[in-house]
Amino acid sequence: MSDRVADRVKGLKGSGIREFFDIAQQMEGAISLGVGEPDFVTPWSIREACIFSLEKGYTSYTSNWGLLELREMISDKVYTDDSVYYDPEGEILITTGVSEAFDLAVRAIANPGDEVIIHEPSYVSYKPCTLFTGGSPVCVDTGVGDEFKLRAEKLEQKITDKTKAIILSYPNNPTGAALSRKDVEEIADVVTEHDLLVISDEVYGKLTYDGKHTCFSSLNGMKDRTILLNGFSKAYAMTGWRLGYAAGNKDIIEAMMKIHQYIMLCAPITAQMAAMEALRTNDEMEQMVSEYNRRRRLMVEGLREIGLSCFEPKGAFYTFPSIENTGLTSEEFAKRLLLEEKVVVIPGSVFGASGEGFIRCSYAVSQYEIKEALKRMGRFLEGHRVV
Amino acid sequence: MKEEVKEKEKEEILRILEENARLSDNEIAKMVDMDEGGVKSIISELENSGIIRKYKALINHEKAGIETVQAVIDVKVSPERNTGYDSIAERISRFPEVKSVRLISGEYDLSVLIQGKTMHEVAYFVAEKIAPLEGVRNTVTHFLLKTYKENGEMYEEEEKGERLAVTL
Repeated sequence: MSDRVADRVKGLKGSGIREFFDIAQQMEGAISLGVGEPDFVTPWSIREACIFSLEKGYTSYTSNWGLLELREMISDKVYTDDSVYYDPEGEILITTGVSEAFDLAVRAIANPGDEVIIHEPSYVSYKPCTLFTGGSPVCVDTGVGDEFKLRAEKLEQKITDKTKAIILSYPNNPTGAALSRKDVEEIADVVTEHDLLVISDEVYGKLTYDGKHTCFSSLNGMKDRTILLNGFSKAYAMTGWRLGYAAGNKDIIEAMMKIHQYIMLCAPITAQMAAMEALRTNDEMEQMVSEYNRRRRLMVEGLREIGLSCFEPKGAFYTFPSIENTGLTSEEFAKRLLLEEKVVVIPGSVFGASGEGFIRCSYAVSQYEIKEALKRMGRFLEGHRVV
Repeated sequence: MKEEVKEKEKEEILRILEENARLSDNEIAKMVDMDEGGVKSIISELENSGIIRKYKALINHEKAGIETVQAVIDVKVSPERNTGYDSIAERISRFPEVKSVRLISGEYDLSVLIQGKTMHEVAYFVAEKIAPLEGVRNTVTHFLLKTYKENGEMYEEEEKGERLAVTL
């Protein structure tokens, strides 16, 4: 047998950058701004609740949908925070992280040949997951001139009679861009006019620093068209727990549940028990958000001081400075910075072609690490700036 | 600057300093989105008005190999007619061996933290200086055996799982 691996997988872009990531993972004494998760440990009350659930013997499967009590709490939370109501029975599905929820969502709605519009730079899994369904990802570039926002006009240009859905991913990884209410309303108009569905990944929704995040499905008429994805990883520092959820209309959530029951059965009960505690007590979250905000300002100002022009991020925990004035590509920049100064950053090109010329620097690291990394980057730039 | 805005900045600066008093004015200025001069003037105002009492280091003496003995003394006192508990609390507070004095509810009235070099020194201090004070009716001495957390900081660094250097 010569073709042991399926064409569908072989066709995926092999990551030439993997080698760089391997070096980065192993380098001693490196400071990593390449992290995509909070540096806070999950708050103790959540961990403690999980331990207690294990002591009491909660170790079984749950309903395919997830624990009803958890779905009820999510329903309450979304209603309180975003004024949109989801029925805990049939409109909410608990998943193993937003990653699974996204996969289910796109599989549930895309037929082979359907076009799914994805704004870039954005998170790396949207495109491959769309390809797995046989659908066609169609990219819309967002640029620093638009503050990395998906503009309604640009979106409209990409719509054809094959367009089935658009992916919305704000606050955005890797750019830190966030959309205002007006921005999302304009997108909603396009969605209605062209009769589209929306998969809205709002996992960074609680991490905004300049005005409140607008939940897309809370807009007039959008609940019916939106699959809302969210999870506990970023807001509650629970990345390793792998717990997320999807909320939407019964027909689509039911379809997602069908796939979920065969591939996952249910999300781990320990994580679900912990998530309930997270929803009960979220006083530590506010402190985390204010601490991120301090680090955000330190990082943005610091990057500007060492000579990189940096768009002011409004959400998530990433900055996305331009490195164009060095004359290096994103990948070259990241590699040399790692080898010469032992600082890990992610080349913007990883997140789509329009990310070229930028690097992603996470500020989910301590204030000390931010300062030290900036010092090293400043020294690096002295040597590489094209004057 | 508008007064209420300034109140907000003030609180934020206090929160930042409470966490790390060694940050420079410039760094704090970036974090709160103010200019350095503004931060300087708010901090001196906080210092002058006595809101910021002092900048100190939180030290794990045991780790530093510095032998100290601490004890919490519960003190029952007879309050005085005009000054209540204040004058006796103040008298106790003046001893340099006394690290903190608090009025508490319950069976005893004052909770006094004492630090000395040896157990003998601390016991002697209580017997010689605190117990005989006029108004002190009774004392109970609790020697501290181990500190786990002080001023919101864990004394032993929590073991933390390593994060991956790269996650997308």
